[in-house]
Amino acid sequence: MTAGFLSQYGGEIAELTIEHLWLTGAAMLFAAAIAIPAGIWLTRSPRWAKPVIAIANILQTIPSLAMFGFLLPLPWLGERAARIAIVALTAYALLPILRNTYAGIRGIDPAVVEVAQALGLTGRQRLFKVELPLAASFILAGLRTATVTCVGIATIAAAVGAGGLGELIFRGVASVDNRLVLAGAIPAALLALAADGGLGLLERWFQPPTK
Amino acid sequence: MSAAIEFRELSFVTPQGRVLLDKISLALEDGTTTAILGRSGSGKTTLLRTVNRMVEPSGGEVLVHGESTRAANLIALRRGIGYVIQETGLFPHFTVERNVGLVPEIEGAPRAGRVQRSHDLLATVGLDPASFARRYPHQLSGGQRQRVGLARALAAEPGILLMDEPFGALDPLTRAEMQDMLRRLLARLKKTVLLVTHDLDEALYLADRIVLLSEGRLVTDLAASEFLHAPQSEVQSYIRAFHRGERSAEEGIAASSASTGGEN
Repeated sequence: MTAGFLSQYGGEIAELTIEHLWLTGAAMLFAAAIAIPAGIWLTRSPRWAKPVIAIANILQTIPSLAMFGFLLPLPWLGERAARIAIVALTAYALLPILRNTYAGIRGIDPAVVEVAQALGLTGRQRLFKVELPLAASFILAGLRTATVTCVGIATIAAAVGAGGLGELIFRGVASVDNRLVLAGAIPAALLALAADGGLGLLERWFQPPTK
Repeated sequence: MSAAIEFRELSFVTPQGRVLLDKISLALEDGTTTAILGRSGSGKTTLLRTVNRMVEPSGGEVLVHGESTRAANLIALRRGIGYVIQETGLFPHFTVERNVGLVPEIEGAPRAGRVQRSHDLLATVGLDPASFARRYPHQLSGGQRQRVGLARALAAEPGILLMDEPFGALDPLTRAEMQDMLRRLLARLKKTVLLVTHDLDEALYLADRIVLLSEGRLVTDLAASEFLHAPQSEVQSYIRAFHRGERSAEEGIAASSASTGGEN
């Protein structure tokens, strides 16, 4: 029975898993490309930190189904479901990455930053030699939170036809077939766990040496 | 003799309107050590930090080697001035060797030369490169960290060293060792040093001149040998405050030997 189910749906599960990974991965790249530079900029202009983080916060409170719905009628975005999904997931991923980049750099021992300035490091040298290496594990922790959240939210993207493992879940719910629901939910959970574990390892790798 | 650092009517007022430095004029001769004494909040650290423009003065100017720091290129100015602070500010993710060699590194010095220079500097500050070069800051004691901080400040061969309470967090014995090391090093290297300290003994031991600040004003600027005999009441109360414990202990001995008098 189980073997029969897997031989029937195995190929589709694999395909949808890859699609799921692609949606989440693309969103993570976009979110990191926006939120890490934005977080760095906020450390340079801290008076903007509150309002900008508040906006990212509000984005995150929008219910995910509503978010996908809001994006549906937009011109270029609405044409392709995958675009909607990636934009929505990016929006959700911004806050944890932004917040951790900002807090990670602001949390560096002020004496270290002061000496970096006093030794005559340029702004860029200070960022790349001192601040980013010391904040890296923090930034990765934000990326990890964002990824785990988005792997989960990406299942809802199937509601607008963007595919991913949510498709099996929605079909299973519609046809009252628990096996189909699990066929979507279990790989999604495993993906989340794998992302959590993998990024967690990377995070520890970047931890600056201390006692 | 030419002045390596000159303060001209230098003032600093906080955005809240508090006057931290009030028209300080002072010249530090090339190759000499000047200690700045004063209470916490007297403006010592602020004065020191105007030299490498970590603080921008509100009025007056600072000349370094005869040129106004206002006109200078900020990065070049800072690389030509060593900076040592009590908290050390060592980069926790770099080895001792890389901490010391960071300024040569960003100036593009080849790796082999940098490593050699770091090792030489570590030896200069009394750390054996063979056992310390590859360690990380958290694996060092407070005194060792301070030595690394000093080696790093010397790496770009600056003519000027700014030292803000460099040994303030160390126990008295370690502090004395560090003072000995610094004194020998300065006798050899001939740097112009501006040393902020609370410690009168440290000032007397290391400095050629002693400056006393009080509430942002310059009270005295004297040769170290004249400082103890300066007539100003601020100077005398500073000296009295510093030697209280010693005097009290001696008076205690005197009192107890008086009360048990006649024994010998």
